[in-house]
Amino acid sequence: MIGLLFPFASAWAVAPPKDSCLACHSSLEGKQSEPAMRFESDVHYQAGLNCADCHGGDPNDDTMNAMSRAKGFRGAPKKTQVPEFCARCHSDITYMRHFNPKMRADQLSQYLTSVHGKRLKQGDTKVAACVDCHGVHNIRAVSDTRAPVYPSHVANTCARCHADAAYMKEYKIPTDQAAHYLKSVHAELLAQGDTSAPTCTTCHGNHGATPPGVSSASNVCGTCHVFFAQLFEKSPHQAAFAKLGLPGCVQCHSNHEIVRPSDAWVGTESKSVCVTCHAEGDNGYIAAQGIAADLGKLNSSLQRTEETLNTAERSGMEVSSARVELGSAHEELIKARVNVHTFDEAEVRKLTGQGVDTSQKAYQAGLAALRERDFRRKGLGVALLAIVLAISGLYLKIREIESRDRKEA
Amino acid sequence: MASLSRQVLEWLDERFGAGSVEEFLRHKTVPVHRHTIWYYFGGMTLFLFVIQVLTGILLLLYYRPTPNDAFESVQYIMTQVRFGWLIRSVHSWSANLMIFTAFVHMFSVYFLKAYRKPRELTWISGMLLLFFVLGFGFSGYLLPWNTLSFFATKVGTEMAGSIPVVGKWLLIYLRGGEEVTGATLTRFFGFHVAVLPGAVTLLLAMHLFLVQRLGMSVPPRAEQAIREGRQPARVMPFFPNFFLRDMMGWYAALGVLGALAALFPWELGSKADLFAPAPAGIRPEWYFLFMFQTLKYLPAKVLFLEGEFAGLLAFGAAAAVWVAVPFLDCKVGFGRVTRFFTGLGIFALGYVAVMSALALR
Repeated sequence: MIGLLFPFASAWAVAPPKDSCLACHSSLEGKQSEPAMRFESDVHYQAGLNCADCHGGDPNDDTMNAMSRAKGFRGAPKKTQVPEFCARCHSDITYMRHFNPKMRADQLSQYLTSVHGKRLKQGDTKVAACVDCHGVHNIRAVSDTRAPVYPSHVANTCARCHADAAYMKEYKIPTDQAAHYLKSVHAELLAQGDTSAPTCTTCHGNHGATPPGVSSASNVCGTCHVFFAQLFEKSPHQAAFAKLGLPGCVQCHSNHEIVRPSDAWVGTESKSVCVTCHAEGDNGYIAAQGIAADLGKLNSSLQRTEETLNTAERSGMEVSSARVELGSAHEELIKARVNVHTFDEAEVRKLTGQGVDTSQKAYQAGLAALRERDFRRKGLGVALLAIVLAISGLYLKIREIESRDRKEA
Repeated sequence: MASLSRQVLEWLDERFGAGSVEEFLRHKTVPVHRHTIWYYFGGMTLFLFVIQVLTGILLLLYYRPTPNDAFESVQYIMTQVRFGWLIRSVHSWSANLMIFTAFVHMFSVYFLKAYRKPRELTWISGMLLLFFVLGFGFSGYLLPWNTLSFFATKVGTEMAGSIPVVGKWLLIYLRGGEEVTGATLTRFFGFHVAVLPGAVTLLLAMHLFLVQRLGMSVPPRAEQAIREGRQPARVMPFFPNFFLRDMMGWYAALGVLGALAALFPWELGSKADLFAPAPAGIRPEWYFLFMFQTLKYLPAKVLFLEGEFAGLLAFGAAAAVWVAVPFLDCKVGFGRVTRFFTGLGIFALGYVAVMSALALR
């Protein structure tokens, strides 16, 4: 967006129009000077807008008259007026297209459907309005890494209120979401610089922020994890979860603290999530046992092959083809893990079986490499023995020749 | 049986004059003194060169010099061809050992002042052989077309490109274009199996002819001791005494090569990807490390010259002085000039060793 706005910014830099608001407020002290001091870093200022574009008044008038009602001065909006104040421009798609043809103009309508928007309408000024997340007078574009709404800062921005137990007390909702989220695989990816990884707004929406209901939880996850959602929908769990009112994906993976899953989650052991619902002897319990056994078999096979190939490689053997086979077997494991979401033992076994076969081929190649290594070493021993004998023979021959020469001399 | 072999020799003598070879071998002697051991390194280098030629010919049966096939063909040699791993590993290890023994031979000749009159041309032909052997190493390194060799060639040819005026032309000539591509591989293959072997064969013939014609040099101090009667002028017949000792060394070298090939087969690495970024810590083969490290230490500008070019210019000048040593150290005796050249040799050896060690850190 900044790129598109640049022409305005450069035009501003060439011939800055007169702005009595900035001129006066810059010379004031304390809170009165704050807007003027911060405004230069604001995306609106960089787009060529000035104070009067939001607050009204006459920037060409150097007197206090510039802030008269007669000159259209609106002043600072009350908290409850903020959404509409911003929406005068941001809901006007024709106007907004001047700055960015792809800019959306539905923020206000979305906001009004959000819990924040509804409560603000009811007069609750503690809830978030535009400026609480985006800032005021130093508003930065979403793509600006310094913006509080930049993907890697969103969790902290939401946590400013949602993690403050005292502030949130009257709403009677948990305040540990951010703490849980920061332990999740999503936060981990975001911290690694993957800005496509989900943060609060990805699941809850940004302007229309609403907690997903139990029935829509799997749809939320499914917007990114499409294939998993499709498998889940076809699985026997879909109907069972709906009947019991369980929230799909979240039931096993949690909502905010979505950690990297492990194969130990499947099965009937202590770390398994299956046993939270299934009891010994029921169909789900038996299926979980079978799936865990199949995954375990493939995992052990992969581990054994990996160790064998590592040993062969450490011995200097060339096993790159076997490594490719092992890679394919690993892919089968990944596919099998995905197919766990069918909760169908036969479906998973199809893939783990293929993986075990491929891994076995690579294992055999590794064993062949180790046999070849041993053959080489034995061959080397024989060759070195022959060489030592040849050198000894030559040495004795030299001694014989030289002793004969000495006698003749 | 003995009469049959005599008959065969007589038959050959009538046609080739084999008797003169026998006569030559009977009378050729090798000086014996406390530095005699250094004489074996020339023969050892020659032996390793023969191994290179033989294993190289065997590799040619399977190697395909195109970017699509080169890596796969070497992989095939290493994994599918019976004893292919042995041939390729021996070829690679032997190349490195040959360069090592060639350096030992060069420094031993230098410190024993064996380049002095009338052996100036023996020294010059030996030096040219060493440069060609380094050329073999540089061109052969690219042939497996793996990541390391690809980027090492890229860096190496870029250095040639930094030479003013002719640099650009030289770079394009070496690479067969602006970049290291399949054209470079074909070109390097041509250098490795045709141009360099042809040139080396001629030079080697000249070098060996001069060695036989002029005999082996006795170091100045030993020569003086013999002249003053402090040491007897001992010699040993070249054939069979010296030759059999040479053979002992060759057998030992064969054992070392076999052990290296069996215990540390030469790595293949991963196939070169022309669009991948250069891997971290890339460096050339060990025998170019001292130059590589020096160029790393040089600033971007040395006086009015580009740092890299200044480094190459300095190495070029040093190589020219080194080649011309027989003419510069012309009054080899025990005077100040000859001591200077001995000091220069010690400095060169120390410099190469220290810089290489620093690069390996």
